[in-house]
Amino acid sequence: MRKLALNDEILLKIEKPARYIGNEVNSVMKDLEKVDIRFAMCFPDVYEIGMSHLGIQILYDMFNQWEDVWCERVYSPWVDLDRIMREEDIPLFALESQDPVKDFDFLGITLQYEMCYTNILQVLDLSGIPLEAAERTEEDPVVIGGGPCAYNPEPLAEFFDLFYIGEGETVYRELLDLYKKNKADGGTKKNYFEKAAEIEGIYVPSLYDVTYNEDGTLAAFVPNNPHAPRTVKKQMVSDLTMTYYPQKPVVPFIKVTQDRVVLEIQRGCIRGCRFCQAGMLYRPTRERDVEKLKEYARQMLKNTGHEEISLSSLSSSDYSRLKELVDFLIDEFKGKGINISLPSLRIDAFSLDVMERVQDIRKSSLTFAPEAGSQRMRNVINKGLTEEEILTGAGQAFAGGWNKVKLYFMLGLPTETEEDMRAIPELADKIARKYYEIPKDQRNGKCQITTSTSFFIPKPFTPFQWARMYSNEEYIARAAIVKHGFNDQLNRKSLKYNWHDAEITVLEGVFARGDRRVGKLLLEAYRLGCIYDAWTEVFDYEKWLAAFASTGIDLAFYNERERGEDELFPWDFIDTGVTKDFLRREWERAMNAEVTPNCREKCSGCGAARFGGGVCHESKN
Amino acid sequence: MKARIKFCKYGSLRFIGHLDVMRYFQKVMRRADIPIAFTGGYSPHMIMSFAQPLGVGVTSSGEYLDIELTKPVASKQTVAQMNAVMAEGIEVVSFVKIPEEKKYSGMTITAAADYRVTFLASGRSAEKICPVPEDLKEQVKAFLAQPKIKVLKATKRSEKEVDIRPMIYAMEAGDEDIRLFLAAGSENNLKPDLLMEAFLGFCGKEKEAYPLHFHRMDVYARNPAIPADAMERNKKGVGLVTLESLGKEITG
Repeated sequence: MRKLALNDEILLKIEKPARYIGNEVNSVMKDLEKVDIRFAMCFPDVYEIGMSHLGIQILYDMFNQWEDVWCERVYSPWVDLDRIMREEDIPLFALESQDPVKDFDFLGITLQYEMCYTNILQVLDLSGIPLEAAERTEEDPVVIGGGPCAYNPEPLAEFFDLFYIGEGETVYRELLDLYKKNKADGGTKKNYFEKAAEIEGIYVPSLYDVTYNEDGTLAAFVPNNPHAPRTVKKQMVSDLTMTYYPQKPVVPFIKVTQDRVVLEIQRGCIRGCRFCQAGMLYRPTRERDVEKLKEYARQMLKNTGHEEISLSSLSSSDYSRLKELVDFLIDEFKGKGINISLPSLRIDAFSLDVMERVQDIRKSSLTFAPEAGSQRMRNVINKGLTEEEILTGAGQAFAGGWNKVKLYFMLGLPTETEEDMRAIPELADKIARKYYEIPKDQRNGKCQITTSTSFFIPKPFTPFQWARMYSNEEYIARAAIVKHGFNDQLNRKSLKYNWHDAEITVLEGVFARGDRRVGKLLLEAYRLGCIYDAWTEVFDYEKWLAAFASTGIDLAFYNERERGEDELFPWDFIDTGVTKDFLRREWERAMNAEVTPNCREKCSGCGAARFGGGVCHESKN
Repeated sequence: MKARIKFCKYGSLRFIGHLDVMRYFQKVMRRADIPIAFTGGYSPHMIMSFAQPLGVGVTSSGEYLDIELTKPVASKQTVAQMNAVMAEGIEVVSFVKIPEEKKYSGMTITAAADYRVTFLASGRSAEKICPVPEDLKEQVKAFLAQPKIKVLKATKRSEKEVDIRPMIYAMEAGDEDIRLFLAAGSENNLKPDLLMEAFLGFCGKEKEAYPLHFHRMDVYARNPAIPADAMERNKKGVGLVTLESLGKEITG
């Protein structure tokens, strides 16, 4: 019988014990005697969130295809179990074997969003691994980070041995072979880290020194070891069709956020929205072969028994074979009671037709993400969506029987004026007017336009990486302007407005563009008891304020100044393929509200063409 | 065609709740390619119903769900097909054909269930079993001899006092366990933990001092062949027969 790390008493006391027992269909068990490397793959958030992440599923499958590696999953224990584990001194364990994480060779932690950083410390702490890399011994697992936030790893530099910069399918085999060889040769971890630094894409933070100018900005970032390269190059899969894809994803017992088969149709995005980090990091856009996707869809539905399949990409409408794929999914699976969901679709005649066909008569709400209210502001962010397109799309949807629309905007974008803020409720009202143009006897009651705003956070490797943010109070004041704007609208009774928390925004800003020094802020906040900061019911801003006060970290330095053209950024040692020159050109075009064409219309010379694949070379094939 | 699936639940899967077991079986149907029928309408769902929910932490060797098939399939092969796609901890025991009429569905006919209650060295593990304490064993007769056994039963909104004596069809203490045969289903339902709490209270014991494990052995229905006023109406195997026994093997 399967052994469990937690005893019955605990399992019957905590919320959702199924989070911790493993044993799910398609989870991988291996014979310890027959593997050389034990890899604990961690998503530092609760099980339901972590299990919904495609990247981990891809890597889990890839690692476990290798006979010498056993990859297991680790998630953050929820606060109820966290407390019990601390009280009873129970070490954090991996789900498959239920063995302590400390017994593993590697602990890989995916860095998906800044607000899970305290959970990384929680995971290390509960595992019994020293929080700071410098304090670890030969007995501790190698702690490696990857994922989007690894593109500015500096706030986490003290807590990780290695960072993997880029897509996981590329150099992991090399990294693990090196580990085996080093172990066989009797090498130390230090030896291993030095050799690992020579693998393209691997960043070893302990091998670099940082100095600062008097004004607090970065003065220099240089290797302190001959093995460490000056720049670390992003790793990328050039042919997505030929790489790994999990055809037997793990099927959770409990309902998770993404409780369906996920088909990644492409990586990257041709659009070049200037606020979007993913759109810059994953350049160039690469598509998966449609025939292969059809085969995956069949296999994955069969192997999981899921009743829903969803397409995943940054902008599904730009996938060149979308119509063919969608037709196939509908013909093949609709009759078998399988739901088909198509997020990130632009609203136009094609997508409305598709939605009509996949959703039967139950019409859910339509989502538009104009991101900015005025055309000027949309030009600044290079969101190539015009008011006319939005109104036409909404009009078609209303004519097709929809009456609920969700709108997403950002506040606090560079150059934003009061006029731009007021344009948000005005646009929502125009959409409502479009609805009420339909004769009363032909429309379906009242319409409901729900508008949500979040506050813009500049991210590294985007054209807006130089932009300033604002204070908490300023953000709330901007949301208040929008709120008042809604009260002035003709159709205000059909309009609803929600805005995001400003406190979390401000913190996320500090970690997104922070340097090595903000690591101590993180450590202090964790010591004061912060975990699960992304969860409003757990988030404790007062503790964070106390951490700022005691560490002397100046929030305004990180958030409330526009960075100089020549400022050296903590992440500049990473080469993503997209050049800083291009980003700066885009920043300047943004200041002039100039639109840049998308990758298929015209190449803007961002630098990603050097990878030799994807959209950059499409027409030349 | 309607079919009844009997399965057992053990090991780590006893921590999976009833709703998740339902979701689990929906996915099993697809993985195992069972030709299950769907309801009509705008959001079709599988025609599937469970006889009796099982509490979290309880193990069982006799759980049931009824499904509707679009075409007949052979019992033996279907059991094998389903077990090939299972997680360790749920196993299909049998697959039988049942009558079409609604009144024979598992949910409607469930009338009783039997349980094995074991005493544990600690609540930490259901594996370390202690003998049934002698002083408790001796009290079973006296406990059952009471004309009424009043307990507080929690309802959705409040608590109410009910007499559970008529819902206890049998209670026998052995050296290793206490065996219970209790009313179950929509009409009268007695949970074994509620009974054990009443019993320990009767013996003057704190329930916290006696960590228990419950194992459901099977679920029973009224035997249509026995008249409603028969003496042996509540006797296992006579007036009450297992849900499985009401079905027929489907041969290929």
